[in-house]
Amino acid sequence: MNNLKSRLAKEKRFKAYGIISIITALTLLTILFVSIFSQGYTAFQETRIQLPVYFDQEILDPNKTSDWDNIKKANFNGLVKQSLRNLFPEVSGRSNKRKLYKIVSSSAEYQIRNIVNNDLSIIGSKQNIWVLADDDVDMLIKGNINRNLPENERRIDDQELMWIEYLESENLIKKVFNKTLFTSGDSSESEQSGILVALLGSFYALLITLALSFPIGIATAVYLEEFAPKDNKFVDFIEVNINNLAAVPSIIFGLLGLAIFLNFFEMPRSAPLVGGMVLSLMTLPRIIIPARAALKSVPPSIREGALGLGASNVQAVFNHVLPIATPGMLTGTIIGMAQALGESAPLLIIGMVAFIVDVPQGFTDPATALPVQIYLWADTPERGFVERTAAVIMVLLIFLILMNSLAIYLRKKFEKNIT
Amino acid sequence: MNITIILITLVLLAASSYYVGLKKSISIQKSDKLHSAPIYHGSLLAIYSLIVSLLFILIWHLFENYLYPEFSLSRNLIFFLSLLVFLITALSVFLKIEKNFRAREKVENIIEIFLLICSTVAILITIGILLSVIFEATRFFSMVPITDFLFGTHWSPQIPIREDQVGSSGAFGAIPLFTGTFLIAFIAMIIAGPIGLMSAIYMSEYATKKTRDIIKPLTEILAGIPTVVYGFFAVIVVAPFIRSSGEYFGLNIASESALAAGLVMGIMIIPFVSSISDDVINAVPQNLKDGSLGVGATKSETILKVIIPAALPGIIGGLLLAISRAIGETMIVVMAAGMSANLTANPLEAVTTVTVQILVLLVGDQEFDSPKTLAAFALGLVLFFMTLILNYVALNIVRKYREQYE
Amino acid sequence: MFDNEELIKETKSQALNSETVGDIHVDDPRIIAKNINVFYGDKPAINNASIDIGKNEVLAMIGPSGCGKSTFLRCLNRMNDTIDTCRVEGELFLDNENILDKKTDVVSLRAKVGMVFQKPNPFPKSIYDNVAYGPKIHGMAKNKIELDEIVFKSLDKAGLFEEVKDRLDAPGTSISGGQQQRLCIARTIAVSPEVILMDEPCSALDPIATAKIEELIYDLKKNFTIVIVTHAMQQAARVSQRTAYFHLGNLVEVGPTSKIFTTPQHKLTESYITGRFG
Repeated sequence: MNNLKSRLAKEKRFKAYGIISIITALTLLTILFVSIFSQGYTAFQETRIQLPVYFDQEILDPNKTSDWDNIKKANFNGLVKQSLRNLFPEVSGRSNKRKLYKIVSSSAEYQIRNIVNNDLSIIGSKQNIWVLADDDVDMLIKGNINRNLPENERRIDDQELMWIEYLESENLIKKVFNKTLFTSGDSSESEQSGILVALLGSFYALLITLALSFPIGIATAVYLEEFAPKDNKFVDFIEVNINNLAAVPSIIFGLLGLAIFLNFFEMPRSAPLVGGMVLSLMTLPRIIIPARAALKSVPPSIREGALGLGASNVQAVFNHVLPIATPGMLTGTIIGMAQALGESAPLLIIGMVAFIVDVPQGFTDPATALPVQIYLWADTPERGFVERTAAVIMVLLIFLILMNSLAIYLRKKFEKNIT
Repeated sequence: MNITIILITLVLLAASSYYVGLKKSISIQKSDKLHSAPIYHGSLLAIYSLIVSLLFILIWHLFENYLYPEFSLSRNLIFFLSLLVFLITALSVFLKIEKNFRAREKVENIIEIFLLICSTVAILITIGILLSVIFEATRFFSMVPITDFLFGTHWSPQIPIREDQVGSSGAFGAIPLFTGTFLIAFIAMIIAGPIGLMSAIYMSEYATKKTRDIIKPLTEILAGIPTVVYGFFAVIVVAPFIRSSGEYFGLNIASESALAAGLVMGIMIIPFVSSISDDVINAVPQNLKDGSLGVGATKSETILKVIIPAALPGIIGGLLLAISRAIGETMIVVMAAGMSANLTANPLEAVTTVTVQILVLLVGDQEFDSPKTLAAFALGLVLFFMTLILNYVALNIVRKYREQYE
Repeated sequence: MFDNEELIKETKSQALNSETVGDIHVDDPRIIAKNINVFYGDKPAINNASIDIGKNEVLAMIGPSGCGKSTFLRCLNRMNDTIDTCRVEGELFLDNENILDKKTDVVSLRAKVGMVFQKPNPFPKSIYDNVAYGPKIHGMAKNKIELDEIVFKSLDKAGLFEEVKDRLDAPGTSISGGQQQRLCIARTIAVSPEVILMDEPCSALDPIATAKIEELIYDLKKNFTIVIVTHAMQQAARVSQRTAYFHLGNLVEVGPTSKIFTTPQHKLTESYITGRFG
């Protein structure tokens, strides 16, 4: 009986190993999500400072032309500095003043400029304007810089801290939803940088990917599953190719894109067009394989029923088999597209990895992509960019989760269809 | 004449010829039974004429460029000729329309040929990969001997600009990259192998259906996370963690280390290993399990003595696929493993991999005649064949295994 | 050596036995099958079967499972073409045209020789669309009114119209098994075939649904030639005028149903009828 006891103990241990493995995997998943979320959620807010701006006629339009072409050359930066001095009149000395000017973002002058451009009648009046704070101030307000550290260990010194605490006490500083993150391109200043270029780049590239790989992939799957002669060497060769492509490292597709699309066909570098083409090569087998499985699982009785009525092979496939298999094929396509959305290595190789400020207007304008933006910003040591990197990841993951949920929904529908 | 105008005109012509074909066949249908429904007659007329005229334009274009460069006709003439071709073809098909004309079969043949052409794209992609990689790699091997590349132990691809420049010897010995790649893949497999396999065993043999329904989607999430996210995770969490625990033990670990990259890659591969093992274990016939349980073996004994031995080829195949995945992975290593080509087996040092070097060599620099850029393609060639062989062997093992139980 | 000779002798005697007993000819044949041989790969499935199928008659094909009756049925509209390894030899005439000829258009053939399958297989579309599909692909209706007429008439002929007229938009898969099978029959009738092949149409149905289908077959015989494969001998006795008995790929005996079931001539038929194997 002793023997049985030890055997049962072994059994328990073995089962425990299994549970431990699963818990380890899930814990790692949790750590990953928690660490990204805790780094990133603050990036969805940005800090703004209220400046009392006097739109001084003398600075903006001394000759009273009321002509924007004239006014736009005015010293808006000076206006911002003046407003800051008005806010803290006691600050004196060059270095102190320079420090003071740095608590707002360098984008403040453009913001003021836009306001004047939109309404010239504002000249001469006094307005309170919420301008973007500098990234260090932003970090301090969000609690990413510890105020209790000794002065030489934080990026905000005591004097700056005093100003900020004054602003806080007067309610002149607040956190708002971070619109900048979604409406601007890359920037060397973290508080001014956004993911619009990456978002659009990913969108354009995925459109190309979908337009290329979906029709070709489905056509291939339909041919191989429904029309291809069995025991044919050529058909076997096609199948071997598809299976191998599915396992080729993604970076290799980047090499193909570089050598053939960019160098041979001289297509534009960094363009979502080429990015989409490269991604579609990679996505093609990932669409074909599940699409074939979906076609295969359509009951043969449906096909026979149609043939028995005098439908031709093509009619039976297009009128009956395809409609039933569609949700299943879409599931595979969406998962393939989700993988393409998360892919970065081939895009880096065809140059979608530049510092791009201007929003792309079409498929051939230079752009980056969401995962590439993550790679680019993850390289930057500034705390403001770390936060934004995590935020991009969250945006990317939201897209992926949406896509995968849609895929799961369609798969459920498909499974219901074929039973 | 703009090519879009030509195309639009042709499409409009096709639409009208569809209508003409439809009308004629409907009028025949009034008195006789048609072999094919009228829409097929119309479609055949439109599609066939369109294809012939487009082929004409394409062939003309090729010939114009390569055979008679001095005899370049105006675009207007091509436009006119292509319309003529369209009309002649359409007329010849139109005349053939009668009650026994098998328009449907012809339309369906065109559809099947179109589908066949689409399915050859996969072959074209493979050829594209081989051409681009082999062509550039050959140029590289004409500058750097292939033996130096495959067996050299020093990797320093910066070509010296000045004679006395430090650290730029232009050496292309890829051994450190191979060792780095395999070191990281090895660490990853140490993590992913046992965890993935044990989770799969637990999930398929012990877990209730309810737990399975919850945990399976969660592991699928793990599989759907982009690798660049894992890379960020490695940089921001795992590497600092390893460094600080190293400090605790008095070790000085670089912020980029093979261990951090391998660990995170292992996490990435867990769901891959577990889903393949799950398939493989489920393929073991129930009667084998029943036989063992029936003689009074415990579940774990059944798993260890019956299921695992039976599933072993499949599991090995799955692990090989996972290794191939680890070797080809780029983003995690480029962010976490580093760029320095150290020939070392110490997981605490920074190493570099084949994929990292491909990326580093190609991003930014676009001089296509320097060995530095071409080296990336030579590495790509090695990587392609390495993964190809691994996959081929693995897939064969898995398939043989499946057939055994079918 | 000896073993081989024995084997050859045995095969030869079997071939002799494959001579069909009874009268395979009818006065007014719709289909004439001559020396049909079917192989799956190298394996013979039907051995030299010849039979006429008359106009407006119900021919029942019976026999133990695996005897080749379904395979023979599927030759009649070349459904065997869908099986890659299947090879059919011999001559099969429908309206003086050899339908086994490679040049024959199987699509128009199947419009003339419709088929109802063992398991009801309605398309996952509405009841209306199930029936309308055939007429649509064959361009039988010029407009919606004509199409409606065809659909309603076919449903009516299949005895289903009254039951489903209020829910023609409901999916064809939502009705009961017996109704589904009648829907499949309606679907087949809708393309106005000359011959309807039925492959054990009641094997998946309960007795009440079966009775309805049998009644329907009796009615349909006025307009169609029907060939039905069944493993229920009573069913063959109830619905058919002639019966063909298949055994191990041989067409053993053909004759009027009443005669086959009362005074079978071949020993194999007799043992099957009396339930000695099945």
